[in-house]
Amino acid sequence: MNSSTNRYLIKNGRLIDPANKIDGEFDILIAGSKVESVGKGLKNNNAEVVDAKGKIVAPGLVDMHVHLREPGREDKETIETGTLAAIRGGITSVAAMPNLEPQAVDSAGMVKRVNDIAKAKARANVFVIGAITRNREGKELADIKGMKRHGAVAVSDDGASVQDERLLSAALKEAKKNSILVISHCDDRRISGQGVINEGFIATKLGLRGIPKSAEYEFVRRDIELAKKTGASLHIAHVSCKESCDIIRAAKRSHLAITAETAPHYFTLTEECCVTYDTNTKMNPPLRTKDDVAAIKKALADGVIDAIASDHAPHSLHDKDIEFDKAAFGIIGLETSLGLAAAELIGNKTLGWAGLIARMSSNPAKILGIKRGGLGKGATADIVIIDPDKEWIYEGASIASKSKNSPFIGWKLKGRVTEVFVNGTPHPPLSPKGRGEGEGKFLGASLCHT
Amino acid sequence: MVKWVKKDLLGLEYLSREEIELVLYTADSFKEVTTRQIKKVPALRGKTVVNLFYEPSTRTRTSFELAAKRLSCDVINIAVEASSVAKGETLIDTGRNVEALNIDIIVVRHSSSGAPYILSRAVKASVVNAGDGWHEHPTQALLDMYTLKSKLGRIEGLSVSIIGDIAHSRVARSNIWGLTKLGAKVTVCAPPTLIPIGIEKFGVRVTSDIDEAIRGADAINVLRMQFERDSMQAFPSRIEYFKQYGITEERLEKAKPGLVVMHPGPINRGVEMSSEVADGPRSVILEQVTNGIAVRMAVLYLVANAKEHLTLPSPPSGERKKVRGKETQFEQ
Repeated sequence: MNSSTNRYLIKNGRLIDPANKIDGEFDILIAGSKVESVGKGLKNNNAEVVDAKGKIVAPGLVDMHVHLREPGREDKETIETGTLAAIRGGITSVAAMPNLEPQAVDSAGMVKRVNDIAKAKARANVFVIGAITRNREGKELADIKGMKRHGAVAVSDDGASVQDERLLSAALKEAKKNSILVISHCDDRRISGQGVINEGFIATKLGLRGIPKSAEYEFVRRDIELAKKTGASLHIAHVSCKESCDIIRAAKRSHLAITAETAPHYFTLTEECCVTYDTNTKMNPPLRTKDDVAAIKKALADGVIDAIASDHAPHSLHDKDIEFDKAAFGIIGLETSLGLAAAELIGNKTLGWAGLIARMSSNPAKILGIKRGGLGKGATADIVIIDPDKEWIYEGASIASKSKNSPFIGWKLKGRVTEVFVNGTPHPPLSPKGRGEGEGKFLGASLCHT
Repeated sequence: MVKWVKKDLLGLEYLSREEIELVLYTADSFKEVTTRQIKKVPALRGKTVVNLFYEPSTRTRTSFELAAKRLSCDVINIAVEASSVAKGETLIDTGRNVEALNIDIIVVRHSSSGAPYILSRAVKASVVNAGDGWHEHPTQALLDMYTLKSKLGRIEGLSVSIIGDIAHSRVARSNIWGLTKLGAKVTVCAPPTLIPIGIEKFGVRVTSDIDEAIRGADAINVLRMQFERDSMQAFPSRIEYFKQYGITEERLEKAKPGLVVMHPGPINRGVEMSSEVADGPRSVILEQVTNGIAVRMAVLYLVANAKEHLTLPSPPSGERKKVRGKETQFEQ
């Protein structure tokens, strides 16, 4: 053993490693960037000891749906600030969506460009998702093969659907040939039109154009049908409504290679939260109803939804602090994903910690086909240590992301990240000021009436 | 009577029944002012009102301007062209710049629903909604209710039908909130394509049958069909609309004898209403316009004094003299 190699021994914690079917009190020894051993009562062997008594030790979280904005819109987020925000949230790997401005990640060169910046600046692992169509315009296929060769882990036109069914079919065939995952943002523009909020009483009351749920689930149905025909692997992004859950549940029952994710705001907020025209409640797909929140939780519990991803979408204040119908869609989420999930899902017994870690680490890693999300011997030492019952307040001043567009500021969340290791190197997850522990309220699903 | 404490008037959804009644009651005393030879009181002398209009408007702006002037306010009109929005000043920036001129009330008309709400959070000045997108047009509904009350003596228990493009109408929404809070029975009537989802949750009866909407109604409020906007897609033509939903003398034959016909204006004659009805004995359309000034005076007066908790203006009888006396003092 090289004496200069970093060695850490994480002792006395509850190790949850769903990929290796482990949930119990085990120690874990890190040497360099790898896990050297996992077991009971490990000797410290010149390693620095990290006492994790009373805490959960888990594979670092994997957020498979993140917008890092670099290169192009460094005013909103950079790879450095975005991955710093990820670390704060216990996330050690992110998959970066290709919808950059002015140029989407639609070529081998752009994949390389993002990877180069990540190599120099990222605090966490960045995996690149390429576009399905050239500059995400939905007109002709992007260079899927070239992007895959340069390390893209999936393709997606996220932010929009490929509206043209024949083009999507061609993309799925090309993706299958190149063994790459297709991630679908399901939004039939013919149905959603210029909508900005879920269609229904709230939209009517506020005088805002509605987005029917069918804009989402009709394309979930269409895309699954096309995946079935082509045999491609399909992942449904940010599922927001009950009908989509039902369609995915049926597809899984017939053993199709379909996976799905949801975002924390779809199980903590409803359309009711839009009543003050707070543009931090404007997202795409839009916040839905209480029934949809219940359906999303059920789908998370029974495995119909495989993963929780933040859809971290940083926007500057001047893109958000304007009229509701003109404001940008989306919110940041890397720093609150775990805290919201722990407070809402574990607090309400939707999931146990093992189930939560699976949906936030091993499952997304498996879907993306990346060697993360597990802590067996020889695995990359990406690790998160969580104080499971610790409550904390998400404070605006503590936000690591360059953008502050979150509806959760001031909320009391649960499950505080105390240590993070990325490739065997410890990263301090807390802000210099630490996080507030004073007053604050966890509002939870549909309780954000004013 | 309840004290007015709200700095803004953003919509009738956000007012209690008592607050709505207070506006109507306050309007009563200002109505008297507008019939005097000298139609001006010094109630808000030294205050400044800015009419910040992002949509073209003649009648609402004129009404607000006159209301402010009759309260002795200084008034500035700002018509924001779509082009200058494109140049990049945000609503909040404009609001803050206007406020930096030390003004007291911003009256805002905007094509985006919720714009007054967003503005009100950014400025300390009072914000009065003069119509936002499809959301609310509270002073229009207040003047509609004031007119109804003065014609029929009450709101409670009346049957009122709102007819026309409910989906895209801020006048409809404000009227629904206001009338239902005051205990009226409200029916909305429109072609099915112009009835928005969930409208029944407002506590209204919904129908697409125009005769049903007229039958038994004490009043009908006929909305302007905005064929230049979204409604176009939803209906084949103006003529077709007039045939199926236009209010004509013939249609009104089955109506209650004392039916009151209202319209927020401007009227599309031969689209939503025939000239005979618009100019006929049931029509109170011009009274609505006149009452609009008194109602807007009341609104400006109440929001301007919200933070100062001043006593209310003269009630219709009894104490009025005293207050008038005070006003006369100020005038001299």
